[in-house]
Amino acid sequence: MTQRTIKVNAMTRVEGEGGLYLKLRGNVVEEIRLEIYEPPRFFEAFLRGRPLEEVPDITARICGICPVAYQMSSIHALESALGMTISPEIRKLRRLLYCGEWIESHALHVYLLNAPDFLGYDSGLDMAAEYPDEVNRGLRMKKHGNQILEALGGRAIHPINVAVGGFYRCPRRDELQRLIPDLQWCLDAAIETTRWVATFDFPNFQSDYQLVSLSHDDEYPMNEGRIATSLGESIAVSDFENEFEERQVAHSTALHSLRKKTGAAYFLGPLARVGLNTDRLSPTAKRLADEVGITWPCYNPFQSIVARSLELVHAFEEALAILREYQPARPAKINYEIQSGEGCAATEAPRGLLYHRYHFDDDGKIAEAKIVPPTSQNQPQIESDLRRWVTQILTDDDAATARKCENLVRCYDPCISCSTHFLKLKVDRV
Amino acid sequence: MSKPKLGVFKFASCDGCQLSLLSAEDQLLELAGAVEIGYFLEATSKIAPGPYDIALVEGSITTPHDVERIQQVRRDCKFLITIGACATAGGIQALRNWADCDEFVQAVYASPQFISTLATSTAIADHVSVDFELRGCPINQYQLIEVIGSLLAGRRPRTRVHSVCLECKRRGTVCVMVAQGTACLGPVTQAGCNAICPSFNRGCYGCHGPAAQPNLVSITNQFASDGVPKEQIVRSLRSFNGYAPEFRVEGDRLDASQESGE
Ligand code: SF4
Ligand code: SF4
Repeated sequence: MTQRTIKVNAMTRVEGEGGLYLKLRGNVVEEIRLEIYEPPRFFEAFLRGRPLEEVPDITARICGICPVAYQMSSIHALESALGMTISPEIRKLRRLLYCGEWIESHALHVYLLNAPDFLGYDSGLDMAAEYPDEVNRGLRMKKHGNQILEALGGRAIHPINVAVGGFYRCPRRDELQRLIPDLQWCLDAAIETTRWVATFDFPNFQSDYQLVSLSHDDEYPMNEGRIATSLGESIAVSDFENEFEERQVAHSTALHSLRKKTGAAYFLGPLARVGLNTDRLSPTAKRLADEVGITWPCYNPFQSIVARSLELVHAFEEALAILREYQPARPAKINYEIQSGEGCAATEAPRGLLYHRYHFDDDGKIAEAKIVPPTSQNQPQIESDLRRWVTQILTDDDAATARKCENLVRCYDPCISCSTHFLKLKVDRV
Repeated sequence: MSKPKLGVFKFASCDGCQLSLLSAEDQLLELAGAVEIGYFLEATSKIAPGPYDIALVEGSITTPHDVERIQQVRRDCKFLITIGACATAGGIQALRNWADCDEFVQAVYASPQFISTLATSTAIADHVSVDFELRGCPINQYQLIEVIGSLLAGRRPRTRVHSVCLECKRRGTVCVMVAQGTACLGPVTQAGCNAICPSFNRGCYGCHGPAAQPNLVSITNQFASDGVPKEQIVRSLRSFNGYAPEFRVEGDRLDASQESGE
């Protein structure tokens, strides 16, 4: 039987560095690897000994596309360890910051990274020749997402205004409210985006995923909640490490996370979030979710782009609601007393659940840190998807097969540099 | 005339600096029209072989393979610009340079034998010659556009080398060190961010790296007389640009004097 080896040395239009390796014998997939060779950066190791106030500035540097997610998960974990409760005003502002990040990241992914796959282009920049209005619409949404981050966070990449207990300074009312007219334009643009991407030609590819995301009684999940799964479970975030477990594999500097008891892979990100929280979407996003002709929860990973666009609509609508009634929080930052503690938290990064746990000593210096990013959790699912997807596209030549595999991986929006720095778990030797 | 060919290369980093290019939303399509993008994995699947006229290099050197890869990038390009603290100073991952890297690997990975890494994280200029360095963690997108634009126009980039203090004065921010006694690295940090931190009521933590001829001894003496513990001063120097020579020398000096109990 003929043997085929298909390799993608460096995947494109993803964050970070990774490749693909497929080995086929006839119609049988012998080996499939999502290879992550991004060099490790050891965040958990060098966080030790740093004072807890520095943690959000440092963990932000794990990822340039979703720094807010890292800041938010760190801060919530640290505040929980300090036994703090923050004010409703600060909580709202943090949601606003998260909206800015979802917008910036989702608009980038939808228009520059993912849409070119559906329309047959190498990049969003090439696509702009035939789709100038669409690409400009995407760039403008991205820009206004960045402006939320700049107004509230000081800058879009690695915001400087996020502190344990709140913010260093709350923006004045006019600094934030002047964003409203542009964001109103964006809300319409996001609605058009959703309708547009819903018309793409989606491969017929479904899987019996275990969807996992945060879930909250009264709001669309971002900063807090319990962990919901499509098996109907509701798990406290403090039980994360009892329910999910990371294992190291030889071909990846990122660990693989699986359900601890069953060893099953699971699926994170916008498709899981929308699927498990459809009713909590903002009114316009909810109406659109019903309108686009997809049954939620949806189990076709290629349709993640629709879920991502719905979240754009949600984020603009929620950001507008927060801005309209904004009054600067007083105080901007809640005081706390340094004492030893341990705490964990999870928030919803654009790519899915992001878990942090910290332990610090009496001086507030970090003794132990653990960070489980979304991409490491999605990795086993991506590989198992590829295994099945390849059998559907076997008749293509190698180049086309490789490209279609990359297309599937890109639907997950993997954030590879984030995924390469984990703390020791159990040794998984065979 | 054919367009200049641009390559964007990544080493150990967070992608934030190359994202700054995609964050220049208003100029992006214009820029993409003015150059041929030959290599930019994050943005396009189209890959054109070198040589490249301009290479933007993000990230630090942390693996044996990357030591070789940066040599190849140097051979493949005419003008090499390093972007960001990772590329110009080893980045936050250079904190390993003061630690036992084997212990780091073991703390992070269950099967350390699979991990190939160097004991150090170093700047690109420690390995190959660099034509221009753009500081920042992350870099400022307007400075990046200025650098690329000036190259296309055949003139020297106009970027600032003075300290963050001047940017505070220009935007009218009251000095946080004088008025509130907040420790601030602004006096020794290179301008370029528009003094964001002081305008949000906090001290600069040095993410744009050392300014030209900074007086480090003077500022750390000031911190000490304001009551900041020595180990905290050392730590504040050893962050995103800790391995930049000026910050490194002063951090190491203080650290040694702390150990010898001076
Ligand atoms: S310098 Fe900072 S922003 Fe740039 S790549 Fe390195 S960590 Fe990211
Ligand atoms: S003030 Fe300092 S730390 Fe803050 S953004 Fe500017 S250079 Fe970076």
